[in-house]
Amino acid sequence: MIRVVLPYHLRTIASVSGEVELNVEGPVTQRSVLDALEARYPTLRGTIRDHTTHQRRAFLRFFACEDDLSHESPDALLPDAVASGTEPFLIVGAIAGG
Amino acid sequence: MSAVRVLVGTRKGAFVLTADGSRKRWDISGPHFAGWEIYHAKGSPADPNRLYASQSSGWFGQMIQRSNDGGKTWEPVGNEFKYDGVPGTHMWFDGTQHPWEFKRVWQLEPSLTDPETVYAGVEDAAIFRTVDGGKSWQELPGLREHGSGPRWQPGAGGMCLHTILLDPSDPGRMFVAISAAGAFRTDDGGVSWRPINRGLKSNFMPEPEAEVGHCVHRIAMHPSRPGVLFMQKHWDVMRSDDAGDSWHEVSGNLPTDFGFPIDVHAHEPETIYVVPIKSDSEHYPPEGKLRVYRSRTGGNEWEPLTNGLPQSNCYVNVLRNAMAVDSLDSCGVYFGTTGGQVYASADSGDTWAPIVRDLPAVLSVEVQTLP
Repeated sequence: MIRVVLPYHLRTIASVSGEVELNVEGPVTQRSVLDALEARYPTLRGTIRDHTTHQRRAFLRFFACEDDLSHESPDALLPDAVASGTEPFLIVGAIAGG
Repeated sequence: MSAVRVLVGTRKGAFVLTADGSRKRWDISGPHFAGWEIYHAKGSPADPNRLYASQSSGWFGQMIQRSNDGGKTWEPVGNEFKYDGVPGTHMWFDGTQHPWEFKRVWQLEPSLTDPETVYAGVEDAAIFRTVDGGKSWQELPGLREHGSGPRWQPGAGGMCLHTILLDPSDPGRMFVAISAAGAFRTDDGGVSWRPINRGLKSNFMPEPEAEVGHCVHRIAMHPSRPGVLFMQKHWDVMRSDDAGDSWHEVSGNLPTDFGFPIDVHAHEPETIYVVPIKSDSEHYPPEGKLRVYRSRTGGNEWEPLTNGLPQSNCYVNVLRNAMAVDSLDSCGVYFGTTGGQVYASADSGDTWAPIVRDLPAVLSVEVQTLP
């Protein structure tokens, strides 16, 4: 089970509270986690990554195990602790704006 | 007894203001979508309980929300606005060409007859349409591709298609306005478009009377006379009596002809309203006095409306989508400010009072007159 922590506004859009738990088939990567997240919560499509290019939105970052994974390949394997559900995959909004 | 519902979009959420036909006591609900920018919210003329709202954020992009119960509850619908084909380029601030990039929806214009059909004006400028209640959106590419697109450029607020007017007498005819490109018209339901900017003069342009490039801030029409259009341009208040084929200036005795909104009285097609703003570099009312100006002659002769509006130390702006009218008798006029006030007049502008004073900056105001 993969654990995902969404920022406040996306929890509202998805109508969830707390962490989201996802089943991910195959290798656990940013792409496969986000694919599973968007499949389960279709209203999140376009809010984390572009609909077409799947590029991460500029003011969002991805963290896990105290590392910033935002610039990793979307197909790179996420840490074992994320794949095993020990640690969550964090989607974080930039601290910016007013 | 009739009632009014005022839909207010702000920098930090949407608010729904309701009153009975006397328009004296108001209920305020919100914020809906708290923390998000609501560029526009509007109800379907064919089903007043069907509302649409454009919800956007620099972090999370664009959402479209739909309500089936007059704004009590909302559900997100489709948010994919994909330009048709390879979108090409437009002019950038430095004169170079820049790729078209979707940023947000500025205007949602529901069909006059079908609650499932809505037009969306977006930044970078283009028009989209849904026919399934917002689940999916398709561009009407004839506007962006009609030929002058490479000469369109962003205004200070972005290259936005901010106004869509539907002609109630001709389902094939629509008007749109884009900053900074100008006004455009289709006569075939959005398949083909042409610029309608003859008579506009913008001194900031290398060719002040060019076919496109004008920073049109807002256009308005009275539904009983769809061939008569009124325009608040970056500078100049303009009028067309031939559906945009030609324009002439009607700024007349306004203290300044810079401003953003313009609207038409619900029952008097020659009565129009603007809010003069000091200049393009000082976006606040002249002399710190918030004055709506009304012309009962379709322009040129204007009178200030001040009763109930602050007449000292007022330095708010009124943005282009932030004025609307109801269709009660007497006509109600409403506008919102960047200071978070929403003012209402239940007597065609003679007297004003704030409905609410301390909202986030107001981006849009729409009014529904309910049975």
